[in-house]
Amino acid sequence: MKYRAWLPLSLVLIVAHLTTAVSAQVAIEGELIYTMAGQPITNGVVVIEQGKITAIGAADETPIPAGAKRLQAKIVTPGLIDAHSTVGLSGLLNQPQDQEQLEHSAALQPELRALDAYNAHDRLIRWIRSFGVTTIHTGHAPGELISGQTMIVKTVGNTVDQAMIVPARAVACSLVSAARKSGDKSPGTRGKMMSMLRAELIKAQEYAARCAAAAADGEPKADPPPRDLHLEALVRVLQGELALMVTADRAQDIANALRLAREFEIPVWLDSAAESYLLIDEIKAAKVPVLIHPTMARAAGERENLSLETAAKLVAAGIPVAMQSGYEAYVPKTRVVLFEAGRAAANGLAFEQALGTITINAARILGIENRVGSLEIGKDGDVALYDGDPFEYTTHCIGVVINGRVMPQTPR
Amino acid sequence: MLQANERQDLAERVTDTNTMKRFSRTIQILTISTAGLLCGLLSVASATAAPTAFIHARIIPIAGPEIPDGVLVIEAGKIIAVGSFGDLSIPHDATTIDVTGRVIMPGLICSHSHIGGIGAADGSQPIQPGVRVADSLNVRDSGFKRALAGGLTTLNIMPGSGHLISGQTTYVKLRFADGSPNTIDHLFIRDDAGKALGGLKMANGTNSIREKGPWPGTRGKSAYLVREQLIKAREYQASIDRAAGDAAKLPPYDHHLATLVEVMNGTRIVHHHTHRHDDIMTVLRLASEFHLRVVLHHVSEGWQVAKEIAQAKVPCSVIVIDAPGGKLEAQHLRLETGMILEQAGVRVAFHTDDWITDSRIFNRSAALAVRAGMSRSKALEALTLAGAEMLGLQDRIGSLTPGKDADFVVLSGDPLSNYTQVLETWVEGAKAFDRSNPQDHVYAVGGYGAGHDQSPYYCCFGQGDQQ
Repeated sequence: MKYRAWLPLSLVLIVAHLTTAVSAQVAIEGELIYTMAGQPITNGVVVIEQGKITAIGAADETPIPAGAKRLQAKIVTPGLIDAHSTVGLSGLLNQPQDQEQLEHSAALQPELRALDAYNAHDRLIRWIRSFGVTTIHTGHAPGELISGQTMIVKTVGNTVDQAMIVPARAVACSLVSAARKSGDKSPGTRGKMMSMLRAELIKAQEYAARCAAAAADGEPKADPPPRDLHLEALVRVLQGELALMVTADRAQDIANALRLAREFEIPVWLDSAAESYLLIDEIKAAKVPVLIHPTMARAAGERENLSLETAAKLVAAGIPVAMQSGYEAYVPKTRVVLFEAGRAAANGLAFEQALGTITINAARILGIENRVGSLEIGKDGDVALYDGDPFEYTTHCIGVVINGRVMPQTPR
Repeated sequence: MLQANERQDLAERVTDTNTMKRFSRTIQILTISTAGLLCGLLSVASATAAPTAFIHARIIPIAGPEIPDGVLVIEAGKIIAVGSFGDLSIPHDATTIDVTGRVIMPGLICSHSHIGGIGAADGSQPIQPGVRVADSLNVRDSGFKRALAGGLTTLNIMPGSGHLISGQTTYVKLRFADGSPNTIDHLFIRDDAGKALGGLKMANGTNSIREKGPWPGTRGKSAYLVREQLIKAREYQASIDRAAGDAAKLPPYDHHLATLVEVMNGTRIVHHHTHRHDDIMTVLRLASEFHLRVVLHHVSEGWQVAKEIAQAKVPCSVIVIDAPGGKLEAQHLRLETGMILEQAGVRVAFHTDDWITDSRIFNRSAALAVRAGMSRSKALEALTLAGAEMLGLQDRIGSLTPGKDADFVVLSGDPLSNYTQVLETWVEGAKAFDRSNPQDHVYAVGGYGAGHDQSPYYCCFGQGDQQ
């Protein structure tokens, strides 16, 4: 098959890695480059210098700096973005010691930061990178009413600090059955979930008001309230700095999330949203983006009514959609957004729309489009290289570049 | 089945010489298998009476090279001819269906599935070979329809892997052409004597290890417990032999031991869940000691002992997962397993392990294996004929060969492409899934109601959103 065809290139990549892992200049020549900013470029070049894209265009119009490391591929795309993962917290082994994605001691813990729980060495990070994923929005998993914060990192780095793009991006909220408890524990019902959320957000409003009063000029000077990390995180949601990422699959739970967004005027992202196809008008009117469940998610439990065509329906309606790998409790321990977007492309999404859900549209929803998501001058040098249609099962990812650094890669 | 004059009539209509040879073999099979009337009649009842010829398809027969412009002729639930358009003469009374641009391949065979609401052995003890998964199955489970939407026609439905021996598996054909069957019995695959066929599910490694007895706490204890029972079964058989038909001397019937006797005399295949390289070797040791006909299932670390598996001539039913890990024993799982086993000379099939992977995209397992270096031909066999062999059904299913059951799928494109859709699934000559039918479409793509049991009162599938 194509096996032989990509062997020489793989050798080039491996040798290149051995000699210089970090190069000041990298030039990627692609037969077809999906920039995700305008039309694809046939026979194009992307030039990366000092980690940033400095030139992109047709090969005959884009000079390659002398001494630049050169890579070639049939198809070139921006480094892929996984809009919602738990990789780095939910480790590969799936043993108690490597599972950091859920803290069950309380139902509401927005104060838990993702960066304190991230294992930059977990093998799953390398695994998803080997398919072209360079940026992940990761953190605490669905499963408690508010399980903690999320962050955005690159799939590279010896420490979380080296990987970091955005240390706190959203607060993870779950309106799913996994977050409802039995017996005398709360929340035990949908009604109780919403009541607890509203009460907590109102508390945060009051806390913010007291902080503001203390900071305001004038006499008599009010004392600031004692610092409360729990409420601080919710205040950041109220102020629009962090999104409230609400995992909800049943239509009534999605409607609850939209109602919450309206009442508190907070930025809500719908997460998973299996039955979102039933509420397209409502979601569109609320101007809420959807981080859609993996296309290959199991159609079971509250996702029993999921449709492989949901991403296509939402995109057709003009709703911002990003694809996610989601949280997996068992096998596979992570999904790969490349494959999930690919399945959406086989179920009604056009090729570039599907690619958009794991590149530029994901970047826009996450608010990092100034850095990643498309191949444009000034953006990070994050690139994925393929030997064919990236969504075809039998295509290989033959190279990954992050911040202008060519990552070690065996074609996969 | 067929009367002698009908057989002659059929034979006259098929003039291609190669086909004739194959067809005469078919006649032999048909003659030999007249005892299998029960299941035969069931399938014939829903199949077309006159021959049907599918013309101009790209045919992937599995047995033999791909045919760019092919013809598939079926009649009375069986394949009667396969060949190139122009070379093969089509029976004059055949209904022809033009499938230009489509691909036809055998119905996919999943050698390891858990759909239908499985439940066999309970929590009382780790070894329960007498318990049958068939007794737990709900024929209305929506999983069956999703499997058809993935082009599956035959399944080995297994109990779970939480026991050393969790019970008897059952082989089913997805005979849904006449709507939803009322009982699971309608799906059974039977032998010539009418007995419903199945294997025995065994497992080792961590799944069956628990803290308290009678459960094993270690791998050594696991192997010991199984050996102990097999030896007991051997003695049980010996005492039956010694009785020499004298009812007074017969030991009391023991359905657990009787099942183990079946696996030791080779009439029941052992389907053995095993991940780690050392656990795989334990199965091979056990198989050799007790002459078990065994299929290794999952084999996450099979790539580390490929040579040993090949030497033991034991086939592997491999799972393809999107990432390693999720459990300790799968931490070294690789997409290259199929390729490495193939190159070592091991017979490889894939399985869905549905719910672990979705039956609707079973073809993807083979495609990802090809991505990782497996040959296309062996990967396609791993979805079909190799699975049939692992169920001992290779004479009836698994390839488009005259005489075999007319189980096949009509695809919109290449079976290894992400963009290919299963358009139709035919079981024993009858169309059991049609993507263009809204009632079937909802199972192919999902939507409101798709996860529910199939129920007669759902008169209006696909319109649920509006109601």
